[in-house]
Amino acid sequence: MTDQASGPPIARFHVLVEVRQRPGIADPQGATIERALPTLGYGEIHDVRVGKAIRFTIDAPDADAARARVEALCQEFLTNPVIEDAVVTVEEASA
Amino acid sequence: MTVGVVLFPGTNCELDVVEAVRDLGGQAEVVWHGDRHLPPSVDSVVLPGGFAHGDYLRTGAIARFSPVMTAVADFAADGGPVLGICNGFQILCEAGLLPGALQKNRGLKFVCDTTGVRVETAATVATSALAAGDVLQLPINHFEGSYLCQPRALDELRAEERVVFRYTDNPNGSLDDIAGVCSVGRNVVGLMPHPERAVHPLLGSTDGAGVLRSLLAAVPA
Repeated sequence: MTDQASGPPIARFHVLVEVRQRPGIADPQGATIERALPTLGYGEIHDVRVGKAIRFTIDAPDADAARARVEALCQEFLTNPVIEDAVVTVEEASA
Repeated sequence: MTVGVVLFPGTNCELDVVEAVRDLGGQAEVVWHGDRHLPPSVDSVVLPGGFAHGDYLRTGAIARFSPVMTAVADFAADGGPVLGICNGFQILCEAGLLPGALQKNRGLKFVCDTTGVRVETAATVATSALAAGDVLQLPINHFEGSYLCQPRALDELRAEERVVFRYTDNPNGSLDDIAGVCSVGRNVVGLMPHPERAVHPLLGSTDGAGVLRSLLAAVPA
């Protein structure tokens, strides 16, 4: 997207971080939603889990570099690795 | 002895701590989270309960970026006594000053009750005036109070006798009934129950006084 005076060209990437409770961690919201569903006639729905979606853009030389930065950020701040993990999706923003 | 009580945006138990400390004959002053330094008069630090920074992202997650937390971490690294109560415990875990994390209570319930809390070790800055085996009646008031840590961290906590408090009747699903833990140096202690709310007969219990007396007696860094 922009060229810097030095270093490789930088592109902009759309990032979606889905923060999920690790398996075995209590998910009261998911459990409550699942219990409510049969009263609306959606009894066939199971395994409801509620997480967080965090979207942002990041400038990086390429998608791998963007992903590496985002994964470091997840470890450091966006998730608490004791109770949560994250699925990171990186897509180059169309010019 | 002066206790510095840190006030984050969303903290709501700071005056309870200040009043309790004064009631016990100590001095207390409120320290704003935006300050880069602790007042020189401060001998110990309390991170009180509430909802620091609205508990956005996760409980305690944003508070660790408050400028004062760098000073608190330095104070703790120098051996200074630091006590985190409820949200303050969550902040200490998120800041990496204590191991583990607090997840939502078992049974989807916000718990507001008085609960039995057993002192497991007197060798910390928050329990020196107590004896191992003492059972305190303390108020609890939380939704994210179920303690959890990695198996290896739990092994270390047990082996080093760093589980400071255990519930006598686990109210929230905490791993190993843990209500409070301490750092390797035993000068940073976090617990979910509120000792500052149990310092006068009118409050239903005076059992919390021993925790704050310990802090007042702790040798500063």
